[in-house]
Amino acid sequence: MKLIRNGEFVEDNFTTVGDEDALPEGPAIVSLERWQAERETLRARNAPIGVKLQSGQEPSPIAEDLDHIDVVALEFPVYRNGRAYSYARLLRERYGYKGEVRAVGNVLRDQFQFMIRCGFDALEVADNITPEIWAENVGSFSLFYQPAADGKETVLSLRQRLATRAREKATA
Amino acid sequence: MYRYDEFDQQLVNERVAQFSGQVARRLTGELTEDEFKPLRLMNGVYLQLHAYMLRIAIPYGTLSSKQLRMLAHIGRKYDRGYGHFTTRQNLQFNWPALKDVPDILKDLASVEMHCIQTSGNCIRNVTSDQYAGAAKNELEDPRIVSEIIRQWSTFHPEFSYLPRKFKIAVSGTPDDRAAIRVHDIGIQIVQNGQGEIGYEIYVGGGLGRTPMIGKKISGFVPKADLLAYLEAIMRVYNMYGRRDNIYKARIKILVHEIGVEEMQRQVEAEFAEIRKSGTLHLPEEEIARIEAYFQPPAYEDLPDESTELNKAVVADPAFANWVKSNVAQHKVPGYAIVNISLKPIGGVPGDCTSDQMDAIADIAEKFSFDELRVTHEQNLTLAHVRKKDLYAVYEALKAHDLATANIGLITDQIACPGLDYCALANARSIPLAQQISERFADIERQHEIGELKINTSGCINACGHHHVGHIGILGVDKKGVEYYQVTLGGAADEKTAIGDIVGRAFTEDEIVDAIETIVTTYIGIRKDGERFIDTYRRVGVDPFKESLYETH
Repeated sequence: MKLIRNGEFVEDNFTTVGDEDALPEGPAIVSLERWQAERETLRARNAPIGVKLQSGQEPSPIAEDLDHIDVVALEFPVYRNGRAYSYARLLRERYGYKGEVRAVGNVLRDQFQFMIRCGFDALEVADNITPEIWAENVGSFSLFYQPAADGKETVLSLRQRLATRAREKATA
Repeated sequence: MYRYDEFDQQLVNERVAQFSGQVARRLTGELTEDEFKPLRLMNGVYLQLHAYMLRIAIPYGTLSSKQLRMLAHIGRKYDRGYGHFTTRQNLQFNWPALKDVPDILKDLASVEMHCIQTSGNCIRNVTSDQYAGAAKNELEDPRIVSEIIRQWSTFHPEFSYLPRKFKIAVSGTPDDRAAIRVHDIGIQIVQNGQGEIGYEIYVGGGLGRTPMIGKKISGFVPKADLLAYLEAIMRVYNMYGRRDNIYKARIKILVHEIGVEEMQRQVEAEFAEIRKSGTLHLPEEEIARIEAYFQPPAYEDLPDESTELNKAVVADPAFANWVKSNVAQHKVPGYAIVNISLKPIGGVPGDCTSDQMDAIADIAEKFSFDELRVTHEQNLTLAHVRKKDLYAVYEALKAHDLATANIGLITDQIACPGLDYCALANARSIPLAQQISERFADIERQHEIGELKINTSGCINACGHHHVGHIGILGVDKKGVEYYQVTLGGAADEKTAIGDIVGRAFTEDEIVDAIETIVTTYIGIRKDGERFIDTYRRVGVDPFKESLYETH
């Protein structure tokens, strides 16, 4: 597995720990169940903490805790399961989450751009993904019809700007 | 009709570039078929029984003559000289080579066409009324909102991996030709007490193995809020739709399981939040921009009656039959709507040769403002023809075997591709439709029988819409033998109904006789001019059951 964060291939300093495993010293990602059971202990740790939500675990139960969570990892059990796209948008747009939203699981190259648009800023990808493959796929489209979590200007807005400019020209 | 601006065109061009790269990697073997599958399925390329199939989007079924000529060209150059119009107003080519697909996409892009939203678990190509802009009682041209939805749903980053495919249909008239109640979302354009145009929303309709009629979830969504409302429905579905079983993944199952009230509550809650953010608020300026593309064509001031037409009707009884079945009322005096039947006797429903496409394009250019429509019943429509030109149009169509006078009649059947093409099918659909067509070939008899829709599906996935056929036929496989199950009383219009199963299935040798028995029974009990469906609604299944099974 490789980790791409904000477009850079980086070392993953987080360890994903099982519910029965002892917590490591450094940054760790735990399950939603463990977070809910051990919230106070986990918050008292002196290292970054992440929570992993599986498909079917929507983010509303951790909405109040987000200030204390450094990473929310959203799982794609199979690429066809697109629930986490909605979870990511809710985290960013509804709950105003500013931490890392990480895509984990079956993350395919043709989904990079959709994920970024929905608010993911970190993706765990297969080992065969290179910076070239990343660059090619994350920039497949340069125009967007609909607003999403990335705040990219929509075609609608571009059209309105063009129309305004044309009007200004006409009156000038 | 809508024309691309620089942004629409650039997006389609970027898609062509992207898919061309993916095909190139597949052809060199860099991508395995397994890895390629999700990519091709986002671009209308299916692997059928014998070959790849390419499905081309015809948004809300509207085409220009130029676009139809390009489809003819593609059929000729890359396929076997014909294409197949589908029940979703699209066109399929059944025999393209994968290596040619990038070139086909380039050709399509040159006439503002593409294969986006024709496959995969995304929001599919929006469908609408083939009489849009021409129907008498239309509140607003449904293509305006269809185009707005097309743009919003194209490459939607959140809704490209839904639990299952998602179909939206729009109707602008109270009589529904777009079958909106058997779609995942049906949109009925309505007017409220203040005279404002808005949308009544139905959710959870669909056919397939669990047919369901859509339920009304909102009586009035204002124009500016439509996309916010649709996004709310989609988000609830994306988060809570079932993903454990492909046959229970459509939104109809979610609505059925949680109930329409709970669905409505969740959608309204989500809608309130999205609305608050304001990002999907549709500005009047953009609505007006799109509306401008659907302004009425330059109609002439004409008397409603045409002496040329009246004379031709008297002189040519075959033309009179054609006018009776294939021509519909237009909202403008002196004009008519012409339906072109793609159901010649013994033909394949929806098939059209490249030569026929060229001919139709010429006729549309000359007689119907250069534009035509595809219907969900797999026919074509010329929306604005002068009544005085009807005979000339008829003659031109006849020269290309396109003047079959059977629209709405028993040989105007919907049939899925069936076992002849489809990897899912249990039984053949096309040969059966052909046999029924031959049996009832006599056009006088067809007119005597009157409006009767026979829909045939080759398996329970119901692509042939058998549930909503007045007579529905479902092909089933029993230990390697094809059987056909018959349903009666289905309808896909404003009185949508799922047909009732009439009894045990028929063999291949029995089925056409069984249809004949149903028709004879109907003729025997109908009351003055009653349509088949009205007779059925009056008497129910019993008389048909008796005549079908008593002697067996």
